[in-house]
Amino acid sequence: MIQVSDLTKDYGARRALHSISFDANQGEIVGFLGPNGAGKTTTMRILAGYMPPTDGTATVAGYDVVEESFEVRRRVGYLPETVPLYNDMTALEYLKFMADLRHIPNSRERANETLEKVNLQDRANGYIANFSKGMRQRIGLAQALIHRPEVLILDEPTIGLDPAQVVEMRSVIKEIGKDRTVLLSTHILSEAQQMCDRVLIINKGQIVAEDTPENLQSRLVGSQRVVLRVRGDADGLDAAVKKVKGTRGVEVKPDETVEFEFSSGQDVRPQVAKAVIQAGYELI
Amino acid sequence: MRNIWTIAKREYDYYFTSPVAYVAAFLILFVLGIFFAIDLLQFQQYSFQDLSSYLNTGRETGILPFLFVFLIPALTMRLVSDENRTGTMELLLTAPVRDWELILGKWAGGFLFILTVIAVTLIYPILLNRMVDPGIDWRQLASSYLGVILLAAAFLGLGVGISAMFVNQIAAFIVSFLTFVFLYWVVGIPANLPITGGNVFSYLSMSNHFSDLSEGVINLSAVVYYSSLTFLGLFLGTLSIEVRRWR
Repeated sequence: MIQVSDLTKDYGARRALHSISFDANQGEIVGFLGPNGAGKTTTMRILAGYMPPTDGTATVAGYDVVEESFEVRRRVGYLPETVPLYNDMTALEYLKFMADLRHIPNSRERANETLEKVNLQDRANGYIANFSKGMRQRIGLAQALIHRPEVLILDEPTIGLDPAQVVEMRSVIKEIGKDRTVLLSTHILSEAQQMCDRVLIINKGQIVAEDTPENLQSRLVGSQRVVLRVRGDADGLDAAVKKVKGTRGVEVKPDETVEFEFSSGQDVRPQVAKAVIQAGYELI
Repeated sequence: MRNIWTIAKREYDYYFTSPVAYVAAFLILFVLGIFFAIDLLQFQQYSFQDLSSYLNTGRETGILPFLFVFLIPALTMRLVSDENRTGTMELLLTAPVRDWELILGKWAGGFLFILTVIAVTLIYPILLNRMVDPGIDWRQLASSYLGVILLAAAFLGLGVGISAMFVNQIAAFIVSFLTFVFLYWVVGIPANLPITGGNVFSYLSMSNHFSDLSEGVINLSAVVYYSSLTFLGLFLGTLSIEVRRWR
């Protein structure tokens, strides 16, 4: 659904994206994880047809974002980071305006339906100026959904919400993500884990890792440190532990303990225990 | 076409919730009303025949350009700049709407609002027509109103174009106001000096074309002149959106 290859974007002399490549398949929820200023918003803006890249290509739903920007914009629902709302309008007026811009027949009906999807039907005639942050975020999401797009691009959809609203927003996104492709950005690891099928980690304009949330967890936590206490002469203990593949940073302390690290993907504790005992130490 | 209408309608509706628009409409109608009343009082000293001939100079619409110079910037200042400021521009630029449709829609919304206000001013000539015999010269009136409408279109076009270049609406107001003052009064000044090429400056002046029309002379060059200015403004507006995208 989304294919990005060697996408590069310069803002003047500053390079915001360094030829990134990735893709997202039909029905997949892909998370963009990274600190602020990493290039998440830039990538999403390019994919939504807001601005062209400096170099590289991207296609969304089979259309090139530069050459066929119009076709892309028809098929993408986009929620920018600063939720774009008109404070002088009511929720219904706003969604009807967006539906009219997208040439949706019976726009008023569609606006009402979409309000129901984000649970705002009882505030349809409330002015957006009086809405809470969570409601504003939901109305922004409704705007992105109004034309039932094949692809949804959500830039920090849960930022600034209180915990209850975050939970609600996540469940709404999971629900609508069941039958379409969703690309969302966040800087919260646990959020990416909960919501996404696949996570791309982006930093300083480059994709540094791409994996499922489960694998990512272990990669990000990195290595685990284990402390063993043994009885016996500490000489040669480090050699015994080092023999086991996957251990590193072995350190023998004077109080007959040994510390070592292993990467959390592969648990080597049983092998280490065996090696220690075989070397003639007592494990306590 | 449909997108232009959707955007124009949104802006037209917005004017009816905006105090700025009400103040502008009020000022136009109030000032015209005062001039109308003064004229009537003055002419009671003469015969009604004179009143009818006085109307032929189209003085009533002559006040409108003066009001437009500072009221139209107030109507156009936020049209695009506010979208830049609040971030809603991102919404419009990622919707399937072409950049020129957006600008044209904004202009059309302002134009419809000004047309509404101008339509209300028709009450004065209609009143006058009932008071004088054999009635007023409708053809001349139509010509003056054509001038007013073309002038408003040009001011609005330039105002929208300037608004698109700014994020701050006050900046857009000031630049539009200065541009209008320059085009309406200042640029024609060299035409009165004994220099060669003086008629170029005379052609560039908005007020010279306007006085032709208000005297009942519809010449093509005035129509072309005002339409070109409108087009120039809308073109600059579209260009500044493109520039914003590519930056």
